[in-house]
Amino acid sequence: MMSKKDNKGFRIPDLTRVAGPISSIGAIVVGLIIGLIILLIANPSKALEGFGWIIGGSLQSPKDIGNVLYYATPIIMTGLSVAFAFRTSLFNIGASGQFIMGAVGAVIVGVHGKFLGSFQWVAALLASMVFGALWALIPGILKAFYNVNEVISFIMTNYIGMYLANILVRETVYHKLTNRSLPVAATANIPKMGMDKLFPESMANGGFIIAVLIAILVYILLNKTTFGFELKACGFNKDASRYAGINAKKNIVLSLLIAGALAGIGGGLLYLAGSGKYIYVEDVLAAEGFTGISVALLGMSHPIGTLFAGLFIAYITVGGSYMQLAGFVPEIIDIITATIIYFAAFALILRSVLQRFRFRKAGDKS
Amino acid sequence: MEYIIEMLNIVKEFPGIRANDDITLQVKKGEIHALLGENGAGKSTLMSVLFGMYKPESGTIKLRGQEVHISGPKMANELGIGMVHQHFKLVHNFTVLQNIILGVETTKNGFLKIDEARKKVMALSEQYGLKVDPDALISDITVGMQQRVEILKMLYRDNEILIFDEPTAVLTPQEIDELMTIMKGLAAEGKSIVFITHKLEEIKRVADRCTVLRRGKSIGTVNVADVTIEQMSEMMVGRKVILHVEKAQMDAGKPVLEVKNLTIRSERAKKNKVNNLSLEVREGEIVCIAGVDGNGQSELIYAISGLVPVNEGQIILKGEDITNKSIRYRNVHGLSHIPEDRHKLGLVLDYSLAENLILMEYFEPRFQKGGFLRNNEIIKHANKLIEQFDIRSSEGYKTRVRSMSGGNQQKAIAARELSRDPDLLLAVQPTRGLDVGAIEYMHKQIVRARDNGKAVLVVSFELSEVMRLADRILVMFEGEIVANVRPSEVTENELGLYMAGAKRGDAG
Ligand SMILES: Nc1ncnc2c1ncn2[C@@H]1O[C@H](COP(=O)(O)OP(=O)(O)OP(=O)(O)O)[C@@H](O)[C@H]1O
Ligand SMILES: [Mg+2]
Repeated sequence: MMSKKDNKGFRIPDLTRVAGPISSIGAIVVGLIIGLIILLIANPSKALEGFGWIIGGSLQSPKDIGNVLYYATPIIMTGLSVAFAFRTSLFNIGASGQFIMGAVGAVIVGVHGKFLGSFQWVAALLASMVFGALWALIPGILKAFYNVNEVISFIMTNYIGMYLANILVRETVYHKLTNRSLPVAATANIPKMGMDKLFPESMANGGFIIAVLIAILVYILLNKTTFGFELKACGFNKDASRYAGINAKKNIVLSLLIAGALAGIGGGLLYLAGSGKYIYVEDVLAAEGFTGISVALLGMSHPIGTLFAGLFIAYITVGGSYMQLAGFVPEIIDIITATIIYFAAFALILRSVLQRFRFRKAGDKS
Repeated sequence: MEYIIEMLNIVKEFPGIRANDDITLQVKKGEIHALLGENGAGKSTLMSVLFGMYKPESGTIKLRGQEVHISGPKMANELGIGMVHQHFKLVHNFTVLQNIILGVETTKNGFLKIDEARKKVMALSEQYGLKVDPDALISDITVGMQQRVEILKMLYRDNEILIFDEPTAVLTPQEIDELMTIMKGLAAEGKSIVFITHKLEEIKRVADRCTVLRRGKSIGTVNVADVTIEQMSEMMVGRKVILHVEKAQMDAGKPVLEVKNLTIRSERAKKNKVNNLSLEVREGEIVCIAGVDGNGQSELIYAISGLVPVNEGQIILKGEDITNKSIRYRNVHGLSHIPEDRHKLGLVLDYSLAENLILMEYFEPRFQKGGFLRNNEIIKHANKLIEQFDIRSSEGYKTRVRSMSGGNQQKAIAARELSRDPDLLLAVQPTRGLDVGAIEYMHKQIVRARDNGKAVLVVSFELSEVMRLADRILVMFEGEIVANVRPSEVTENELGLYMAGAKRGDAG
C-alpha cells in the first residue's frame, strides 16, 4: 500500500468550499457585536460613542481612507501568504518570521544600495521577496523530504527569524542610539504612484497598488495555470495527485517558497513605505504574520477575498485608533479590535465545523 | 399488513437535479427489502433522507405507523435506524471496540465502562456470527472486517431498521456469502433490512421484496420470488440488458507488458507480498487476474503503475525497462490505470468533474498553453466524455465529484482512463459499484480496446466477470501465479480451487 500513516497534521478547514462571501460578512457582524458587548461591559457610558468611532472613524476624510490602505498593505500580503499555503493544505504559521526577514532584506538594500539609484526600491523589494522565500524554504524542505510537521518548524523559524533579524540589523544597519535600524535612502521608498494625490496627508503609497496587483497575480496563478492545478490537487488529495504523476515534494517546496516570498514582500512594503517605520531590536514576533492568518480565514483563502479581508481589518484598526477621543486607553482599543478580528475568524471556523457535522445542508441552496 | 417504515412521496432536490421525485418505499417488519436502480437513480439519497442526513423538500416518513421528523443521524439512531454507508465511516486509528462504542459510550464517574461494552459487543458478535477482534486497529483489518464493525455498531445501538448501502461492492465472493448469511440471520431475529445492491443474484438470494428506482422516480415494488433477474434489470434500465460479452476470436500480438521475476517484500510479514512473479500481457489480449483479495494483486498493480517501489525484478513496457521510471513517465508512455480505491487514488473529490477528467493530462498541449489552462478545451473534453460514458450528475462538467453518486464517480475514472487510448490498461475492479447497464458498457469498452490491439490487465474478485472478460486467466495466490489458463479450459469450481491454493497448475 501507500504510506500507511497518513500525516494529516494541523488542518484549517477549507472555507472556500462551505461558504461564500455572505458568511464572511456574517462573521464580521458577529465579531462586531461581540466587540460592542465587551465595550458595554468595559465602559457602558462611553460604549456607543467608542463603537461609533470603530465603525465611522476610518471614513471621516480621504486621509483616513488613505491610512486604511496603508495599514492594509502588509496584512494583505501576509494574508495572501497564509491563503496560498492553505490551498496546498499547508498551514503557514511562519508568516511572522518570513515577514520580518523580508523587512530586514529590504532595509539592508534600502540603506546600503544607494548606488542603485531609482532602481533601489525595486531591488529592495526583490530582496524582501528573496529573504522571505528563503526563510520559508527550510520548513518546506523539512516537510517535503523528512515529513516534519510544518506547524512546528514554522513556529521555530518564527523565533529564530526574530533573533536573526535582530542580529542582522545590529550588524548591518544599526542605529545605536535609538536601538533600531537606520533610515532607508529616499530612493528606496516605494513611489507614491499617485496615492498622495488621491489621499493627501495620509501614509498611503504605491505599496497598496503593488499588493492589489500581487493578489490578482496569485488568483491567476491558482486558478488559471497548470501549476495552480497541481498545487490544489496536492492540497485536496495527496494520494490522488501522486497517482496522477504530480511531484508532491516539488509542490510543497514551491508552495512554501511562494508563501514565504509573499510574506517577505509584506515586510518590504511596510518598511519601504516612507512612513518612518524602523525595525527595532527587540524580542517581539511581528504581529502582521499572525494577523495574516485571520485575514486569510476571513478571506476564505481566496486571493481577492483576502484583499477585502485585509482592508476590513485595517479599517477597524484605523477606526479603533480614534477611540482615544472617547477616552479609551490604547490597550483597550487593541483588545477590542483584536476581539472583533478573532471572533470574526472564529465564527467562520465554527460555522464550517458545524456544517461538517450536519452535512444535511450540503446540497441545499444557500 | 403492518409496515415498520413508510417513506411516502419523498422529494429531495439538489441544485440542478431532483434526486428523489415522489418516491414511496414501504418496508415490512422482519423483511429484507432490496432497493434497485441505475447509478444516480437516487438510492443513497433516499436512504440518507431516512437516516436524517438530508431534509426532504416534501413527503412524510412514518415509523410503525407514526409520522416522524428525523432531524439527524443521532435522532435516527434513537429511533432505531442504523446505516452502513457506501463508503464506511470508521476512525482508522481507533480499535474495533472503540469504533463500536464511539458516540454512545456509557460512563461511570466520568470513566468509560469499557468492560461492559466489551461484553455486549462480544455477545452480539457471538449471537449473529460476526467474528471480529475487538482490539485490532481499523487500519489493520480487511474491508470485510470493517463492514462487520459497521454492522456491530448498528446492533450495539439496538437498531431495528438496518440500511445497507451497497455492502457487497467492496467484498470478495466469500465475504459476500458470509454477509448474506448474516443478513438472513438478522432478518430472522426480527430486524428489518433495506439492502442496496447492483447485483441481481444477491437480491434473488436474500431479498423478500424489491423496489425499483429510475432517474429519481419509483417504478414499482415487486415480490422477488415472482420475477426473474432479467425482468428486474429491465424494470431498472428500461430496456433489455445483454449480460454476456460479445467477443471475437483474436490472436495476441507482441508483448506490451512484461513483468520479470518481480518481488515486493512486506515490511511486517515474513512472506513476500509478490514473490518472484513473471507475467506477460500482449497486444489484443485481456488478461484477468483472479484471486482472493490480499494475495498480492494490489501490490503487483501498484508496482506496475509506479506507486510502490520494486525490490527485485523488472517491469518492461513496450520493450522498455520502466522499473525505475517515474509515475508520470509511465502515464505518458501508454499506461492507464483504473485504481482499486476511487476515493483515495482515483479522484480529487473537491475538484469538478471536468478537472478530474483531465487529471492525467492537464499538462498536455491540448489542455494548456504556456502553463495556462485552456478552459474551453477542458470543458469540451468533459462534455464529450460525459456524453460518451453517460456520466450522470447534477450540474454537468461543473459538478463537484464529491456530490456525485458512487457509480458515476467510477464511470468518470473509467472514462478518463479509457479515453487516453492507452497501450496498456490496468483495471482493478473496473465495474465495482456499477449498475448492469453500465457494466455492459464498460465491458464493451474494454473489449473494444483489446480489439484495437491494446493490452489489458484486469484484477477482479468476481469470477463471473473474469470468465466473461478474459482471454487468459492468471490465478494469484500468496504473491505467486499458480495457474495460467484460458476461460474455455476451466470451470469456476476449478478456479476456486486454484484461488484457495489447493491446486497448482502450469504458471508459465
Ligand atoms: N450532496 C449532493 N449534492 C448535489 N447533488 C447530489 C448530492 N448527493 C447526490 N446528488 C445527486 O443526486 C443524484 C442521485 O444520487 P445518489 O447518490 O442517490 O445515487 P445512487 O442511486 O445511490 O447511485 P449509485 O448506484 O451510483 O450509488 C445524482 O445525480 C447525484 O449527482
Ligand atoms: Mg449510491
